[in-house]
Amino acid sequence: MKLGYYPGCSMHGTSREHEESLLAIAKPLGLELAEIEDWSCCGASSAHACNRTLAVALPARNLALAEEQGHDRVIAPCAACYNRLAMATHEVASDPQMAGRVRAVLSRPFANRVKVLNAVEVLRELVPTLKTNVKRPLTGLKVACYYGCLLLRPAEVTGFDDPEDPSSMEEVVRACGAEPVSWRMRVECCGAGLTMARKPSVVRLGRAIISDAMASGADVIVVSCPMCHSNLDFRQQAMGLSRPMPVVYLTQLVGLALGLDSSALGLARHFVSTGGVVPRNAAQEVG
Amino acid sequence: MSGRLKERIRAMTGVNVARCYQCGKCSAGCPMAAETTIRPHDVMRFVMQDRLDRFLGDDSIWLCVGCETCTQRCPNECDPAKVTDAVREIVAGLQPDAAPRPLRAFHEAFLRQIEKHGRLGEMGLIMGYKFRSGRLFSDVGAAPGMMSRGKLAFLPKNVKGLDEIRRIFAACRDSGPEAQDAASNAGH
Repeated sequence: MKLGYYPGCSMHGTSREHEESLLAIAKPLGLELAEIEDWSCCGASSAHACNRTLAVALPARNLALAEEQGHDRVIAPCAACYNRLAMATHEVASDPQMAGRVRAVLSRPFANRVKVLNAVEVLRELVPTLKTNVKRPLTGLKVACYYGCLLLRPAEVTGFDDPEDPSSMEEVVRACGAEPVSWRMRVECCGAGLTMARKPSVVRLGRAIISDAMASGADVIVVSCPMCHSNLDFRQQAMGLSRPMPVVYLTQLVGLALGLDSSALGLARHFVSTGGVVPRNAAQEVG
Repeated sequence: MSGRLKERIRAMTGVNVARCYQCGKCSAGCPMAAETTIRPHDVMRFVMQDRLDRFLGDDSIWLCVGCETCTQRCPNECDPAKVTDAVREIVAGLQPDAAPRPLRAFHEAFLRQIEKHGRLGEMGLIMGYKFRSGRLFSDVGAAPGMMSRGKLAFLPKNVKGLDEIRRIFAACRDSGPEAQDAASNAGH
């Protein structure tokens, strides 16, 4: 499978381990990723909060670049980038006035042909390959799949899974040999970009999410968004929980199941220790 | 363009707020409902009543996290998220300092980084945020942990197509809500 790859700003910074694990699992899964040359920020929640045209034009620039570089499908592993890019394709397709404003400011033609994918739906598509390549089934590991908001909403833009009762992460988790738990806060917001400007809100929301995962018997929470990860991992210390709850990326969980080293997957970069997630029946990796 | 609030909102977003029958499902799912006085269904109601004044002097619309839960759950395709976005633009056009200072600081720091470099470096964002918000010491204890985990990108590599990005910003800056509506209406 060949895809254009839009990393977005966090993949080289706060969610470095997301990119590390994605690139590590790409080879065994037969996934070829071609980074979009000269990509720029999608605008994330700040452009969205301030100006509607900016919020579409910034992602559209990247879609136009992807087209120019010959990509039909682009993966954006950050859920916010995914949502903004997909939203841009939707707005340009459905609002001729917005389309006109956006095309007027771009430096290159924009046909709006690119299909934007997130990491969860790509991994779901790769489940058959994943199943035949599992070296270390994560038997007995109870996983709470946390989708957050932007992967799923609004469904007319995202469309790859049910916005209230999704199942794609669970499908991938099962393919890894682990056991997804049933729990309630799967699609509730973590507070997203408010993490700096309103930390107490994020702590409040995160505490509710992790408490529910804990009460449902989860050993680990799996995410596919750098903001969710940061809000549940980096901010966990302030939540006053009864015990730590590790939070890993879906790509990291897949990497473990594929038999990759935890160091190759960036598992040491988390604030809440992920030591308990590595299966006890596996040979211990060095370093 | 002068005109009643609900007509301005319709011109900006295409949403006819009269579709809203105040079921409250949007507000029931809003993650910020615990911290706001104006919830999504209130936004819809105030727009319906042409009461722009109800939004002034209240932080609520700025606390929207953009989670799209309201829009997803609306049974009548009302798009409260998009309406809230548009109300923010109108309010900011009237009162540039309407947003709470830390949020304004964050968004300004973020967007300034993109305009300067094309991509975001955490250090630039954090420094810009602290400077603009006055929160010089928040999360200072976290810095060593972030750095030792390799999670703070210091210098963003400048994007080559910076001209295009600056042009995008300039065009969007010049078009406040009214100019954007005028541009839209000129297309009719």
